[in-house]
Amino acid sequence: MPSPRYHREIPQRYRLEAVKCNNCSKILFPPRLICPDCGFKQFEKIKLSDEGKIITFTIIRVAPAEFATQVPYSIAIVELNDGVRITTQVVDCKPEDLEIGKFVKLVFRKIQEEGKTGIICYGYKAVLT
Amino acid sequence: MVGIIGYGSYLPRYRIKVEDIAHQWGRDPETIKRGLLLKEKTVPGLDEDTITISVEAAKNALKRADIDPKEIGALYIGSESHPYAVKPSGTVVAEALGIVPDVHTADYEFACKAGTEAMFVAYSLVKADVVKYAVGIGADTSQGAPGDALEFSASAGGSAFIFGKEGVVAEVLETFSYTTDTPDFWRREGAFYPLHGGRFTGEPAYFKHILGAGRAILEKSGYTASDFTYVIFHMPNGKFPLTVGKRLGFKKEQMEPGWIVNLMGNTYSGSSPTGFSATLDVAKPGDLILLVSFGSGAGSDAFIFKVTEQIDEVRDKAEKVRDMLENNRIYLDYGQYAKFRGKIVMNE
Repeated sequence: MPSPRYHREIPQRYRLEAVKCNNCSKILFPPRLICPDCGFKQFEKIKLSDEGKIITFTIIRVAPAEFATQVPYSIAIVELNDGVRITTQVVDCKPEDLEIGKFVKLVFRKIQEEGKTGIICYGYKAVLT
Repeated sequence: MVGIIGYGSYLPRYRIKVEDIAHQWGRDPETIKRGLLLKEKTVPGLDEDTITISVEAAKNALKRADIDPKEIGALYIGSESHPYAVKPSGTVVAEALGIVPDVHTADYEFACKAGTEAMFVAYSLVKADVVKYAVGIGADTSQGAPGDALEFSASAGGSAFIFGKEGVVAEVLETFSYTTDTPDFWRREGAFYPLHGGRFTGEPAYFKHILGAGRAILEKSGYTASDFTYVIFHMPNGKFPLTVGKRLGFKKEQMEPGWIVNLMGNTYSGSSPTGFSATLDVAKPGDLILLVSFGSGAGSDAFIFKVTEQIDEVRDKAEKVRDMLENNRIYLDYGQYAKFRGKIVMNE
C-alpha cells in the first residue's frame, strides 16, 4: 500500500472514525462527502463500536504473497453494533472455530509490511469473544 | 495526590510450553522447569508487535481511567523490540488512541526496565504540572536466540499506566533509581538476538541493582518489608524474583499475585509492569505496593504505591491479567513457534 494512501486512511483503520448524516442518520464508513441515500452534505463525526458479529466468512488457503505465511486464514463480513458492515480478518482462532453469528471484537493489529525495509501498515482485525 | 488513574495490560493468546522448547534442543524439560520455575510463555501472533501490544494495553488503561484521551499530554513507550529503528512506536500508538497531535511522545530503551522508565517520566511530568495526564507503557516481543537459555523465557506482552492527579487508583509515595555500567546483557545495533554473560547476569547485575534500589527506597521512605501488602520484582525467570524478595525480607505471600512469570515468561520491558498490573487486580484500598524493575546494562527503578478506594471502581472495567493468562490459550509446537518468531530463513 503506498504510504500516502495508508496515511490518509489512518482515522478509519486505527480509530474506526465514521460520519453520520445530519438529515437521514445513515452512517457512512469510510466517510463520504455526499450521503448516497438523501444527498445531504452535512455530517457528524462518530466512532464505530468495536464489537459485532460475523455475518459470513470464507477461508483463504491460497493467499497473495504478502499473506502466504498466514494460511489458512479467514476473512469475514462483520456487522458492528451500529449496523455498519466491514470486511476484516478474524485472527487468533482456527478455521473450524468460526460460525456465522459468533460475536467478535476488533483489535489493533499489523495488516501487512511493505517488505523488510518498507513501512508497517496497521489497522483493525477481529477476534472471537 | 499524584498517581495512577488507569492501568491495563495485554497478553497475546499464543503459548509454547517449556517441554516443546526443551525437546527441540535435547534438554531435559524437568530440569529446566525446576531450575527456572517456568511452565510456558506467551508468543506474539504473526500480526502482533510492541506497537499493537501497547495499543491494546493502553485501551484497557483508558477503560479504567475514563478520561478524554485528548487530555493526555505525554505518551512514552519502553521496549527493546520497537518495530522501527527510526520512527517512534509512540507515534502510531498515540494516533491509534486518538490523542494526536497535541502530545509529547518518545520511545525508551533500557533492556527490561524501559517500561518503568516510561512510567517514571510520565509520573514526573504530571507531578511537575507540565501535563494533565501522561501515559507510561512497557511492552515487548522479546528476542531469545534459538537454543539459548533465554528462549525458555523470552515472551510477549505489556502494560500501560495513565498518571494524573484526580481519580487516583494508586498514589506514588516514593521513587528511586539505581544505575551503573554493568555489561551483563546487550544487543549491538543490527544484531538480531541479544547476548548475555551467563552467570554474570545474576549477582553483579540482577541482584546488585534490585537490592540496591530496594534497600535505598526502603531507607528513603522509612518503610520496612513487613509494611507492604505486595511486592513485584523483574521476572527474568521464576527463581530470581523469589530469591531477591527473600533477601530483602519479603515473604512469598507478598510476591504471589505479581509472580506471573511461570505462565507468562519474561516480557522484558513488560515484565514487572504486568506483574504490578496483576497485583492491582487483587489489591485493596490502603495496600502498600513496592515495585522494583531491573534492566540489563544495568539499572533498577523502584516505586512505592498506596492503593486508594478508587481501585474498587475501576478494577472490573477491563480484562484482568490472570484472565488473560488462563483463558483462550492457543498452544504452538516448536515449528509453529519458529515461524511466528521469524526464526526460519525464507526466500525473499
